[in-house]
Amino acid sequence: MRVGVITFPGSLDDRDAQRAVRVAGATPVALWHGDHDLQGVDAVILPGGFSYGDYLRAGAIASHAPIMAEVIDAANKGVPVLGICNGFQMLAEARLVPGAHTRNAHQQFIRRDQKLRVENASTAWTNEYSTGAEIIIPLKNADGRYVADAETIARVEGEGQVVFRYVDINPNGSMNDIAGVSNSAGNVVGLMPHPEHAVEEGFGPDTAAAMASGTDGLGFFTSVIRSFVTA
Amino acid sequence: MSTPTSLGASTAAPDTVANAQATPDREQPYGALGLKADEYASIREILGRRPTSGELAMYSVMWSEHCSYKSSKNYLRQFGQKVSPKMKKNLMVGMGENAGVVDVGEGWAVTFKIESHNHPSYIEPFQGAATGVGGIVRDIISMGARPVAVMDALRFGDIDHPDTARVVHGVTSGISFYANCLGLPNIGGETYFDSVYQANPLVNALAVGVLRHEDLHLANARGVGNKVVLFGARTGGDGIGGASILASDSFSAGGPTKRPAVQVGDPFAEKVLIECCLELFAQDLVEGIQDLGAAGISCATSELASNGDGGMFIELSKVLLRDPSLTAEEILMSESQERMMAIVTPEKLDGFLAVVKKWDVETSVLGEVTDTGRLIINWYGEEIVNVEPRTVAIDGPVYDRPVSYPTWIEALQADSASKFVRPTEGAALREQALRLLGSANLSDKSWITNQYDTYVMGNTALSFPDDGGMVRVDEESGLGFAVATDANGRYCQLDPYVGAQLALAEAFRNVAVTGATPVAVSDCLNFGSPENPEVMWQFSKTVEALSDGCLELEIPVTGGNVSFYNQTGDVPIHPTPVIAVLGVMDDVAKRIPSGWQDEGDNIYLLGTTKLELDGSAWAGVIHDHLGGRPPAVDLGAEQRLASLIAAGSEQSLIASAHDLADGGLAQSLAEATMRFGVGARIWLGEIMERDGVDAATALFSESTGRVIVSVPREEDVKFQGLCEGRGYPVLRIGVTDAQTPALEIQDLFTISLDELRGTHRATMSERFGAVIGQ
Repeated sequence: MRVGVITFPGSLDDRDAQRAVRVAGATPVALWHGDHDLQGVDAVILPGGFSYGDYLRAGAIASHAPIMAEVIDAANKGVPVLGICNGFQMLAEARLVPGAHTRNAHQQFIRRDQKLRVENASTAWTNEYSTGAEIIIPLKNADGRYVADAETIARVEGEGQVVFRYVDINPNGSMNDIAGVSNSAGNVVGLMPHPEHAVEEGFGPDTAAAMASGTDGLGFFTSVIRSFVTA
Repeated sequence: MSTPTSLGASTAAPDTVANAQATPDREQPYGALGLKADEYASIREILGRRPTSGELAMYSVMWSEHCSYKSSKNYLRQFGQKVSPKMKKNLMVGMGENAGVVDVGEGWAVTFKIESHNHPSYIEPFQGAATGVGGIVRDIISMGARPVAVMDALRFGDIDHPDTARVVHGVTSGISFYANCLGLPNIGGETYFDSVYQANPLVNALAVGVLRHEDLHLANARGVGNKVVLFGARTGGDGIGGASILASDSFSAGGPTKRPAVQVGDPFAEKVLIECCLELFAQDLVEGIQDLGAAGISCATSELASNGDGGMFIELSKVLLRDPSLTAEEILMSESQERMMAIVTPEKLDGFLAVVKKWDVETSVLGEVTDTGRLIINWYGEEIVNVEPRTVAIDGPVYDRPVSYPTWIEALQADSASKFVRPTEGAALREQALRLLGSANLSDKSWITNQYDTYVMGNTALSFPDDGGMVRVDEESGLGFAVATDANGRYCQLDPYVGAQLALAEAFRNVAVTGATPVAVSDCLNFGSPENPEVMWQFSKTVEALSDGCLELEIPVTGGNVSFYNQTGDVPIHPTPVIAVLGVMDDVAKRIPSGWQDEGDNIYLLGTTKLELDGSAWAGVIHDHLGGRPPAVDLGAEQRLASLIAAGSEQSLIASAHDLADGGLAQSLAEATMRFGVGARIWLGEIMERDGVDAATALFSESTGRVIVSVPREEDVKFQGLCEGRGYPVLRIGVTDAQTPALEIQDLFTISLDELRGTHRATMSERFGAVIGQ
């Protein structure tokens, strides 16, 4: 399976996402924001970072990048798309997932190992988890506060589009503790925390067993491989 | 080309070389530009005429203290003189280039450097700190390396002073903003509060880069006819005179605001520049790249030319401007950020332009390398600069500043902290341990570090609160590096020679406890005014100490920075030589954290404890006292200790290792307990008996050469054998206890994990705001 990772000017976690794809057993493909070409990949990741310096609004300019036309088209055809952090912001700006992001309620950048609950284990990116499972993956953002109007919140809650919820601590003031959402079909998922930083023992969050041994994020990437194999 | 009139006032009557010759007596504002009368006279002598206003601008910034090292040069030579063959063995690039480069094996090299951005960070803390990160990162890029980590050493004023929060918030968010946006993990550093830094905080930023040996590049302008290309951000009016005015003089009340002299940073532009430069290097499209930092185009052109064939021609009107009203002189002096200058052969220019276009980076070809031996700069076709580049960049003035022994130091050194009563009862010792734990300098710094991204790039093996940061270089082999910074200004105030070696010893030890082998040093020497003879004495002792110390440890100084004029009013800061030590780790999987993780491990204290409380955190926090003589340094012992830990790491005998420094054993035990929330039971009896010290000394003394390690029971025999074989003093002082979340000092006191953490964390959050998630 080939998974594309798009690099935008200011993308930062693109190589990390490629490594996560490789660790999970698929082939990462580097894609360029300026190309109208997804190179026939089977899934797409919009990585974290500060594309275009977060100018205008985080993710706003990148959501109009040339390659996004192909991403939107592919997403609408059911190709799995994952937006991580800045990638989530791009998905929201591109209207591929509902909602928007504002400055963290406490106004600061925050980096922490964040506990999440998997609320929907039937998406392309979460089918290796079980619903209700709790995972810990790193979170790091300044504009991560998920917001939407009351009607949208009611809809995403009612239709199972809330994929992840913050547990114990809501680190940025997101509505309903929402950490990640999907589109209605479940092939497009966006979240603020970073699963690609918890795929390799020695470089992930601390666990009770050993320091930096957390690999709870690997399931995202094995999930998309499974959804590809079973598709 | 556009006509001169199209730029209006900025091109009106440029002061050309011809004009300078025709009007030899015109008065020039050299004093306002920071030049002394004799310096101005020697410029006239070098040129054989008065300088044009453009030349005056160039000389003034390049001969500033910040750029020319005119007060420190005579001393810094010692680093090049006191070297052994071993120190040269792995050194690929030494002092004098943008950053030193060290061979770390397997075809990899690491480049690192620490640099100050102190004065801008007081005027405008956010931009000052942000651009400090940006500047040091560009130094790393210019060596051909990919930047992979940053670190910062910070000094703020009194934590309770009303102005301190402004600086702390600004500096922290500036570093956080810039480094996070660049995608560089921040892997460590240190933060101290002391009123000596009240109107002069220190922001020392360190960056590390990695490269393959064959990718090493040096910035010089060789090859007649090669193009000189400026690329990156446009040139604006920010930072004009930053090096000459801000960093080379002290602030005075009532003077004009210096805010415009602080640069403004755009990390997005720099991130794109990093990727663009790496691609230019990878495709072999450039001969060399020089970053534009202090003194901007003046520095880049004169340094590139001096380090190359010696001649260069520039048409300055080709510089892309953010503000079209800038004069030629302002363009020469501007310190606008995120700019680079490349030397490109004519046949590779198209390829070069294609890469910069791909990254949407703006570019202009300014001129070319010549064989004239002169740096000639035209402004719309008229010659405004014609100088020998070495006279600007290298052969600036050198001062043998007056040095005078500060007689006050004798009274200070005679005033030992041993006069204070040391408690013997458990309750009093417990109370003092907690006061130290919650003191400004020993308290938890998560409020700062939680604003830094440590995860990006996926190679961070260790970061705060461990003693050193560690980063994987090679994913296959696990090869990595470790780095730590240290400086204790209080010790340096008591004795600058010993204090500097203490900083070196501590940074060395902090790298060693991670399991890595120290290999190189970068230093950032922060001092008061060089025009104060007593400050020059402190400086001279410091350089002597560091060069002696590095020779004894046989690790080279690969570069660094001197920052003078750090003072609040007339009062100089404590001498603060921040020492960064770089180590090599063969396999980062064997890294050692600073706290215990497992049940029932034995806890050992390596090294011996003496009554050394002068200048300690105990003296400062409990008795508000600074006097006496700092702890003795034994660099040979530090070396034996380091190799012992490296051997223990290699054989996987050591589960944790934590350096003893500020606050002594009590502080290290508390930190090792809090690191993973695993308790410990400790007994002091054998330390007190063997070393002949009381309980307070055992707990709070800051004797050097000491580390606490935890060892799994099954490795106990091997570990003891290792210590015996190397003859290093060792005592078993306790055992880890995962069942009881507390630190128990037997027969004296117990502090629960909750109370430890509560005390440790409250100090910063009470003053600066809550730490999210604590």
